[in-house]
Amino acid sequence: MNESQSPPSSDVILRVEGLHKSYGDNHVLRGVSMQLCRGETKVIIGPSGTGKSTLLRCVNQLSVPDSGHVWLGDKEITSRYENINHLRAEIGFVFQSFNLFTHLTALANVRLGPMKVKGMKKSAATQLAMEELEQVGLGDKADAYPAELSGGQQQRVSIARALAMSPQLILFDEPTSALDPELIGEVLEVMVNLAKDGMTMLVVSHEMGFARSVSDEIIFMEGGNILEQGPPEDFFTSPREARTREFLSKITELYGE
Amino acid sequence: MRSSCSALKGVGMATIWQSLELMIVKGLPNTILLTLGLIAGGLALGTLIAFTQVYGYRPLRWLCKGYEQLFRGIPVLVLILIFHSGLARSFNIQLPAFVSALIALALRSGAYQSQIFRGAIQSVPQGQMMAARALGMSKTKGILRVILPQAFRLSIPPWTNEFSSVLKDTSIASAISVLELTKQATLSYTRLAVIPGFGAQWTLLILLLVALIYLILTYAGNAALGFLENRLRIPGFETKGRIER
Repeated sequence: MNESQSPPSSDVILRVEGLHKSYGDNHVLRGVSMQLCRGETKVIIGPSGTGKSTLLRCVNQLSVPDSGHVWLGDKEITSRYENINHLRAEIGFVFQSFNLFTHLTALANVRLGPMKVKGMKKSAATQLAMEELEQVGLGDKADAYPAELSGGQQQRVSIARALAMSPQLILFDEPTSALDPELIGEVLEVMVNLAKDGMTMLVVSHEMGFARSVSDEIIFMEGGNILEQGPPEDFFTSPREARTREFLSKITELYGE
Repeated sequence: MRSSCSALKGVGMATIWQSLELMIVKGLPNTILLTLGLIAGGLALGTLIAFTQVYGYRPLRWLCKGYEQLFRGIPVLVLILIFHSGLARSFNIQLPAFVSALIALALRSGAYQSQIFRGAIQSVPQGQMMAARALGMSKTKGILRVILPQAFRLSIPPWTNEFSSVLKDTSIASAISVLELTKQATLSYTRLAVIPGFGAQWTLLILLLVALIYLILTYAGNAALGFLENRLRIPGFETKGRIER
């Protein structure tokens, strides 16, 4: 039954197996396993401090897991024999706090990776960066510095920066949590379009509307483990675990439907 | 008596012109040369030490820390004497006075500049390096492309301070007879002071003139650095949260 449901393994872009990570005495990840197929969007939800962001960081090794394995396609990211810089170049990362390069214009932010990591010529990289900025609706802000942009605009530039590397997948670490409520929509809209265009995405978010409408699967994490996962229609209507139901009702109370 | 007095006055005037010439034409260029040498040497040394202190391996970090503590803790004059008289008498290493002063002062300035740059590097938020690494940049690329350009801008205001110190400290090189502005001035007023009934009053005048020249140099240098700071100004690096009242 499981055999027939899971797609051919060549379609699995990201495979995570048995990840453990501790910070001092704090055992944050307790053996997390999951996988992501090409074109899929999965949204990770769960109470704060359960290791959602740590999981994302372990995927691209910004945090190095204590044990466990992560594969990008057939390359093991956690292997010390792989060049981590090459692998990271294929994994986009969108931060909660944007982390745009403060000293560079929006255009130069998007252009830097293609030029300095991929060795693209400046003219080609500029053209590419312009296209990516237009895709997130910020073609007219190319010459603005991050400090001159709103939070929503900064986050859209940072998505464009990730896109310019033509990544195999993009990790989003609470991309809208640092934004004023009225700015969340513009970022979610960009993400919805990306998902529709077939980008592979792993998103940590509390945006239930986004999770419900866009994701192929919801992952509920608590206490460093994945407690429950499934397609959003099942997940939201008939969650199996009591903890999941409790969390969902709390979230609904806070954020509405 | 009258004629001898006017003859003395003639000698005096000639000496004054000669003194001014020695100070401006010979002394001043040496002061400027020494300052530029120190700024360049201290900048190179300071940058290297700062990056090692922040990003280097532990033994290297300790080494840099030791260097920085040592050269910030010894008076400049003592340093200069060590590199000049000390080396000469103990090891028979006879460095030209200018070179001794350059080495001693550059080592001192490097120690101070390293702390300016270390502060600037550390005030670039962690997320900047994280974003650089997440794009696939190596640590070195991240430092060169992301951290350094930001740290450089942040360090201009405190660095202006160090420039003033370095410029003024060159006068201490006169202690080992480097013929820079201050040394030429002391030679001049000593020569003038021996001309009876004429010279003594010139000591203060010459020293005030020297003070004025240092003042102009410092002002010009700071103005140039201010211009640079303005040219490199970027939204996000200005002083934030200005209180209007």
